[in-house]
Amino acid sequence: MHALLISLQSECYKSRKTLAFLASILLPLIICSLVTAAFYFKSEKILAQLYSPPVLWMNYIGSILGIMGSLILPFYVIFMAFSVNNIEHKNDTWKSLFAQPLNKFAIYAAKYLYAVLLIFICLFLFFALSLGFGNLLHILNNDYKFNEYSPLDFLSTVYTRLFLSSLGILSLQFIISLIWSDFLKPMGIGFIGLIAGIIAVTKGWEYAYFIPYSHATMVISARKEGSAGQIFTQEIYASLIYAAILFLVGYFIVIKKSIK
Amino acid sequence: MSNLAIETCGLTYHFGNHKVVDDLSLKVPKGSIYGFLGPNGAGKTTTIKILLNLLKSPHDTVFIFGKEINANRIASLKKIGALVEQPAIYAHLTGKENLINRCILLGVAREKVKEMLDLVGLADAANKKAGKYSLGMKQRLGIALALLSDAELLLLDEPTNGLDPNGIIEIRNLMSELTLKHNKTIMVSSHLLNEIEKVATHVGILNKGKLLFQGTINELQTFNTPVVEIQADDPEAAATFLSSLGYAISNSNLDMIQLPFQSTAETGKINTLLIQNGFTVYSIHFVKKDLERLFLDITNPN
Repeated sequence: MHALLISLQSECYKSRKTLAFLASILLPLIICSLVTAAFYFKSEKILAQLYSPPVLWMNYIGSILGIMGSLILPFYVIFMAFSVNNIEHKNDTWKSLFAQPLNKFAIYAAKYLYAVLLIFICLFLFFALSLGFGNLLHILNNDYKFNEYSPLDFLSTVYTRLFLSSLGILSLQFIISLIWSDFLKPMGIGFIGLIAGIIAVTKGWEYAYFIPYSHATMVISARKEGSAGQIFTQEIYASLIYAAILFLVGYFIVIKKSIK
Repeated sequence: MSNLAIETCGLTYHFGNHKVVDDLSLKVPKGSIYGFLGPNGAGKTTTIKILLNLLKSPHDTVFIFGKEINANRIASLKKIGALVEQPAIYAHLTGKENLINRCILLGVAREKVKEMLDLVGLADAANKKAGKYSLGMKQRLGIALALLSDAELLLLDEPTNGLDPNGIIEIRNLMSELTLKHNKTIMVSSHLLNEIEKVATHVGILNKGKLLFQGTINELQTFNTPVVEIQADDPEAAATFLSSLGYAISNSNLDMIQLPFQSTAETGKINTLLIQNGFTVYSIHFVKKDLERLFLDITNPN
């Protein structure tokens, strides 16, 4: 456990200046700011629709989720899995990392956990900024009645589901990025997987949950269909099962990995 | 208790079908500076990677301070500080941050960072990104990283690569100090014998994965049989003439002839014979092969 903690601490320390870490903060900040700005500057048009507070919130949150949910989040996960491993590929530091007196599982698990942590930070910020900026809109423009409804339950459920749905893709992309050091393979495979996932969901394929890349899109689609209240659904179970199996597969790859 | 810091017993390692290390039996005594010599591609780095358990060795072939490495990986690695090939450093971090990161992993106090930076002469460049370091500076940082844990055994793979003459002397002095004052054992690989002979107490010579020689630096010198080197006006004819008289010519070319030294009287007799038979002798002298020559002879017997 000590080895895991210090490895995680080291991952945080060495990655704090990388794009993957900055993106986990900038992505929610930029997207939420842009949507909020649009709501602020186009308030007359939006207010003319006479939305009730819950519908207003759904419109606002939906604008953010629509942008990030099915495309930006999976891409971020793919890029981040690449970045966490690429830091070692690029600097040729796998050899020094595995020459440290630390358990190989701790080194591997710390990398994986760091990636999970970045997704958590990113989604938590989306959750917190959606809530915070929504209320800020009400302060800036009193005609918005964001204060008359609390979307806390909905937000926490949908972001928890998005977080869980991203773990399957993360584990798969983590393995791909662990094996290949170049940029094109992980990103290319991820892109194709993502397109396949989106097509499978939009075409209503009943076994779409078999594709890890489709899970986030399924969560977003479920929101539209109004069944977002439940956290653990078929795609979430699939994502967690993929995550657990592929995490172990990744570990066996690491222990067999020869540093030539 | 074994007096060896490193011991390998008939270690063999393959990359696919290619045998990279062949029946290697290293014996590195505690407190020694072991010069691990061999031409490029001899298997030195592979051996060092095996000693770090980066490449998996067959069971009961590699022992670090008497303990089998596969069964005692973490305990063994705690005793080793290493620099393998190019220094493995994070280019986006500064030199200081690279050391702090290693402190985190090793549980070493961060105060040690300044000490290490001073030791390797990087204090002024501590806050510069390591990616912008020169090769020599990267090498120094790699050495600082290897020394950070105060390990009993240091594995340094070509540590003077990219260093200027002053840097090479500093690293050499540092190695001597570490063994004499701090009782460390150092295994240092190189393809340059003159670099090793100035500092090593023991030498192992590797070629094509096989250990050709292992012993103290003095034992290596005993291989060094002296020769008589003659420069004459027609070396080729002179060599043929001496051969016809039963002298064994060990080396001859357009500039000189070399034959084993027997005695000063015999050398005088050779000189007289050459002159009496019409050769002009420019010089005739006793030569002890330098270690560089010896190294080449051992690694390239033909």
